[in-house]
Amino acid sequence: MTTFVQVLINGLGVGAVFGLLALGFVIIFKATEVVNFAHGSLALFGGYLAYQVKDSIGWFGAVIVGVLSAAILALAIERLLISRAKHASHDSLAIMTIGIDTIILADVVRRLGTAAAPFLGDPYDTKSVSLGSLTVSRTYLVALATALVLFTLFFIAFRKTSWGLQMRAQSENKEAAALMGIRSSRVTASAWVVGGLLAGIAVFFLATNDIGGGSGLLSAHTVAFAAFPAAIIGGLTSTEGSVIGGLIVGLTSALGAQYVNYEFGVVAVYLVMLVVLVVRPSGLFGRVDQVRV
Amino acid sequence: MILLSISDLAVRYGRSVKAMHGVSFDVPDQSVVAVLGSNGAGKSTLLRAISGTLSLHGGEITNGTIELDGTRIDRMDPAAIVRRGLGQVPENRQVFSRMSVEENLRAGGLATPPSRRAAARAAVLDMFPKLADRASQPAGLLSGGEQQMLAIGRAMMGEPKVLLLDEPSLGLAPLIIEQIGRTVTEINERGTTVVLVEQNAMMALTVAHTAVVLEVGELKLRGDADELKASEDIQRLYLGGHAESEEHADAEQGEAAERLERRRKSLKVWSA
Repeated sequence: MTTFVQVLINGLGVGAVFGLLALGFVIIFKATEVVNFAHGSLALFGGYLAYQVKDSIGWFGAVIVGVLSAAILALAIERLLISRAKHASHDSLAIMTIGIDTIILADVVRRLGTAAAPFLGDPYDTKSVSLGSLTVSRTYLVALATALVLFTLFFIAFRKTSWGLQMRAQSENKEAAALMGIRSSRVTASAWVVGGLLAGIAVFFLATNDIGGGSGLLSAHTVAFAAFPAAIIGGLTSTEGSVIGGLIVGLTSALGAQYVNYEFGVVAVYLVMLVVLVVRPSGLFGRVDQVRV
Repeated sequence: MILLSISDLAVRYGRSVKAMHGVSFDVPDQSVVAVLGSNGAGKSTLLRAISGTLSLHGGEITNGTIELDGTRIDRMDPAAIVRRGLGQVPENRQVFSRMSVEENLRAGGLATPPSRRAAARAAVLDMFPKLADRASQPAGLLSGGEQQMLAIGRAMMGEPKVLLLDEPSLGLAPLIIEQIGRTVTEINERGTTVVLVEQNAMMALTVAHTAVVLEVGELKLRGDADELKASEDIQRLYLGGHAESEEHADAEQGEAAERLERRRKSLKVWSA
């Protein structure tokens, strides 16, 4: 029983990180209808810059640098590339993001060279906490707490502020939103910035021994890939779904790895995704339009 | 005073589809101007050009100017045009169906200064009290007539100087259409200029002061609504026509019966 609870906590901790990535991915998709395959690179870029400055300005300073740089990169991709390709199809833009991802990944790997694996979770990585009879890694608890705070803040903003109203209006009907005086370019740019911020935060949990494994930052990009099935399981059009999709992915991989083996934990995520796609093609919480009959 | 002025307007979709050319007319302040025309005449294209949403449909203005209250708006984006005092109820209402009625109204007031939003909301609910009862319902679950009320109310939340209405009667029952007509008059009496695009010429000409008729992207007729209502061309094209004499009517009826009989015969051949 103790092991099971421990696995659940670990699974929820990892799932919360996937939820952060998937939420950013879905916000960008809702605002622009572009599937951003460069999402892992946003995390990687932020993590790389944070690693570069960590020793000189300290961990907290590095967090600010990492998070902001991921957001700035996301904004640059949107302003310099996506928004200028006005007549390109969404499919072409998705392929463009694959190109961006490849370039950033190759360059960061080249710059890191053969140096020792960089890690970013200094205050919590490889440290444990005792909760009664349980011994839980701090990384999972901090990740879960951080994600819960961010999810709460995001959903309050999404439901209650005029920014959220503009986001929802634009994602539902671009023409009607424009006729309300909503500036499409600002909404789109803000969606990419939020996506970048969340990816920049997620990397501080991905580039740890506890979640990312022995290769630290280098594995962050690979691990971040699990955000795609998280977003698809939850439904690409649902912000709430992306969070739940992330938790499902985290729990599935943790339970699979614990009770079968590590490889099955990885594969099980994609099996769940396939089952969801067959049963509910638009994902668990994806858009199903309500029509009066 | 002229509030909206369209001069020598030409519109193209894609690289080669010329949807409109040489269209000019003025919309006086505090008036209701009806824009009539059959399907494909360019009515919606005209409204998209005025509201700046042509690019969302792959179109662009290739010639001419549009001025709102003395300022050129034909090169502005829709958000800037809305902020200059133009509102539009788009074709098929296009309410935000997954958002509540209240959220739709909030979205309509986004371009209105915060200090005036409460007054705008009160005016809209005064005009459409039903929207207050439905405030928390998803807009997609409202009836067609209620959705049209919401679409008009949402546009009025922007306190527009000019309101463009794109076929508000489309798909609605006759009683609701009458109600929409009364609403247009009320909006106008409260000080908003209205440009009403309609296929329902009877309703449009009843509420409008003046009207223009578009045909295949060109302006064919213009004049006082009452004069156009009495014109033979308008009667024939948009108001169901009228027979000149009883004999004429009988002859037409006979021809119609003959055509029906011929069709029946051919159907028999196919079904034999």
